[in-house]
Amino acid sequence: MIKFMLAIVRRDILLVARQPAEMINPLVFFVLVVALFPLGVSPEASLLSEVAAGVIWVAAMLATLLSLELLFKLDHDDGSLEQLLLAPYPSWTLVLAKVFVHWLVSGLPLILISPLIATMLFLPTHAVPALMLSLLLGTPTLSLLGAIGAALVTGVRGGGMLLTLLILPLYVPVIIFGSSSVAAAAQGMAVDGYIALLAAMFVFALMITPWAAGSALKL
Amino acid sequence: MTQSIWRMPRWFHQMGSPKWFYDFGGILQPWFAVAAFVLLTWGVVWGLAYAPADYQQGNSFRIMYVHVPAAILSQSIFLGMAVAGAIGLIWKMKLAFMVARSCIAIGATFTIIALLTGAIWGKPTWGAYWVWDARLTSTLVLLFLYAGVMALNQAISERQVAGKATAILAIVGTINIPIIKYSVEWWNTLHQSSSFTLTSKPSMPADMYLPLLLTVLGSYCLFALVVLMRTRTQILQTQSGTSWLAQHRDITGA
Amino acid sequence: MYFESLDALLNMAGHGPYVWSCYGLFVALLGINIWHARSQNLKALKQAKALVRRNQ
Repeated sequence: MIKFMLAIVRRDILLVARQPAEMINPLVFFVLVVALFPLGVSPEASLLSEVAAGVIWVAAMLATLLSLELLFKLDHDDGSLEQLLLAPYPSWTLVLAKVFVHWLVSGLPLILISPLIATMLFLPTHAVPALMLSLLLGTPTLSLLGAIGAALVTGVRGGGMLLTLLILPLYVPVIIFGSSSVAAAAQGMAVDGYIALLAAMFVFALMITPWAAGSALKL
Repeated sequence: MTQSIWRMPRWFHQMGSPKWFYDFGGILQPWFAVAAFVLLTWGVVWGLAYAPADYQQGNSFRIMYVHVPAAILSQSIFLGMAVAGAIGLIWKMKLAFMVARSCIAIGATFTIIALLTGAIWGKPTWGAYWVWDARLTSTLVLLFLYAGVMALNQAISERQVAGKATAILAIVGTINIPIIKYSVEWWNTLHQSSSFTLTSKPSMPADMYLPLLLTVLGSYCLFALVVLMRTRTQILQTQSGTSWLAQHRDITGA
Repeated sequence: MYFESLDALLNMAGHGPYVWSCYGLFVALLGINIWHARSQNLKALKQAKALVRRNQ
């Protein structure tokens, strides 16, 4: 079973490597959205630092959403998804492997570039570790939850918009605690509680979503 | 879920038969209609005209008699929809999916009523039509959940697949509702200074509380009525080829 | 009745518009739902009858 998952991970990474645009896009989108805020609102440091936590988190969420549609779509379109589902392994292994690659491609770069983004929005430097930690726990959760939506709308026309509509309510708790943890860190308060909750949500998503998405794929 | 590991008792199996549901539901329908009308009219008239005004809020608190039932129903209908979906998935009962589908529109309606009446109630109470308080915000998220279920149901053309997909979404949504509510409430305590709750807890005198009971019960009866009607409609739409329907009284007019 | 006159009932010491619009929303939206469910039911019944007649 592990070999199956590793094979899928390798395959998906290879597919992404052939089209590096797929990897750059979420990153560029993330930076662009963040950059638009000073442009659209105000470049004042005092204002930006107050909203930095929330803006970064919402931008990360949007970037994740952008790349989610393709999670299963490409494989569904050329028929390989059906073949993969016929493999003698539970469907949740397929989901878990694909979500992992999705996170590698969209979540991890966001985490790595977040210190730079924090500077753009005047987030205090002592809050950056909390930012990275919250994103580290939060982006996989977003990828996992998004996989359910992506699985449900596979093969549906106009799936992209529908996907967003389906998943956003599920994202609300993650956004709330993610951005609150960063805001708390910026004010010098302890973040243990928030991080614990984010971790709990991650574990919870890890347990439920592969199964739910797997069942949805088989429909 | 490929194997059902729970065995159905016979009465449960019988309830899954569309013909039984159509006939029995047809008998129950008028009763629920009458009950809904009586309970709601009684509750509304009592609450509007006869209940004493609230000491703090004055007459605007009367909105409670429509806001609270709407809020309660909006959440319990979503839960019921998920339960029906789960039954359909576990026991592969088509009827359960039909019942779940019947819940979507009425549930969303109650949610919209809860949102709008909550907002209107906010104006004389807090001076603003919209405040990001915990209750209103989670109701808004609930409306998004309903919208998602509705959109998914309409987007998938195959009825069977649509039923299963919406069941999965409803179940995932239901599991998330407590998490969402908790996080929104928590977020609210962080940002809101006032700790005012929209509905005063029932340390109310009986003549203030009883009309509420009536409107809640009446709303549940109305919900039952709509679910019966919409499910029977779906039965008519999908069972036209069967012999029991072809020979049914409603069709032959006998 | 709690209110002394019909006017007072409508006005509710200034809160009238709020209360009545809420009750109006309640009745209207639920009424639309019931009416829609009923009309869908009647339409399905008509179509089922037509289908059965065609099959005979």
